[in-house]
Amino acid sequence: MATGTLQHVDDAALLENLLGGDESAFGELVKRYHPTLLKVARYYVGSVASAEDVAQDTWIAVIKGIEKFEQRSSFKTWLLRICANRARTAGVKEHRSIPVDPNESGPSVSAHRFDQGGFWSDPPVPFTDAIDTRLDTAAILEAVRHAIDTLGEPQQAVVTLRDVEGLSTQEVATLLGLSEANVRVILHRGRARVREIVEETMKGTKI
Amino acid sequence: MKLLSSPLVCRDAVELVSDYLDGTLPRRQRRRLEKHLAGCDACTAYLDQMRATIAASGKVGPEDLPSDVLEGLVDLFRQYRDEN
Repeated sequence: MATGTLQHVDDAALLENLLGGDESAFGELVKRYHPTLLKVARYYVGSVASAEDVAQDTWIAVIKGIEKFEQRSSFKTWLLRICANRARTAGVKEHRSIPVDPNESGPSVSAHRFDQGGFWSDPPVPFTDAIDTRLDTAAILEAVRHAIDTLGEPQQAVVTLRDVEGLSTQEVATLLGLSEANVRVILHRGRARVREIVEETMKGTKI
Repeated sequence: MKLLSSPLVCRDAVELVSDYLDGTLPRRQRRRLEKHLAGCDACTAYLDQMRATIAASGKVGPEDLPSDVLEGLVDLFRQYRDEN
C-alpha cells in the first residue's frame, strides 16, 4: 500500500496488514498515534527527551508483541496501555509524582467577566455559526490544536485522550491513574481553557 | 436542599457545562442548568462554544511527525521483520 492512501484506512485493517509485515501500515499507525503517545508519556515523565524514549520503547514493544495481541481491546487502547505502563515505570524511576492541576478549585471562566451578582458582564460572542459556515475550518482546528498544546499537565493529557482521541472517561482514568471524578474536573477545566483561547483567537481574527 | 433548588447564576452555570455535555450531570443539576439556559442567551452561547470546541478537538487529527522520527521507527520495524 502506498502511504498516501492509508489516511482513511481504519486501525483494524492497518493491523491486519501490519501482521502481514507491511511497513507502510506500521508507518501509518506511527503517524496516527505517536503524538498522543508523547503526550501520555509526558504526563508521567519529567522531560520531552524522556517522553520520546518511552514512545519509542512503546513502538518496539508493539513490533515485538503484535502477534500476541489478542484483539480483546482496540489496537488504540492496547497501544496506549503499553505506553502508560512504560511511562509510569519511567516516572517512578525519575522519582516524579503525577502532576496535579494547580488551579483545580478556581473558577473555569475569569471572575472579571461576571458582575457582582454572578451574571455575565462580558458575555461570550457566539462562534458556532462561524465555525459551521463562514470560518475556514482549518483555521479553527489550528486554533484548537494550538490551545490544547498550550495546556499544562494534567489538562493536556486528559483533553487529548478524551476529546482528541475520543476515549471514555473511564479509559482516561485508567491510563492516567486518576479517579473518574478527577478526570471530569480536569477535563472541565481543560475544555474551558481551550474554549477561552479559541475565543481570543477568533476575536483577534475578527470573524 | 434549598441551595440545590435555587436559581443558578451564570458564574455557577458555566461550571456545569462540561459534565452536562458528557451526560454525567445529576438530574437535579441538569434541570437547574436547563432552566437557566432557557432564559440566558449568554450561557447558551457559552454552551454552544463549548460544544463546538469539543467537536473541533475530535477533528484536529495527529500533528505532523518529523520525517526522521517516522523513518527511524519504520527502520526498527523493518529490521525486526527481516530478522524474524
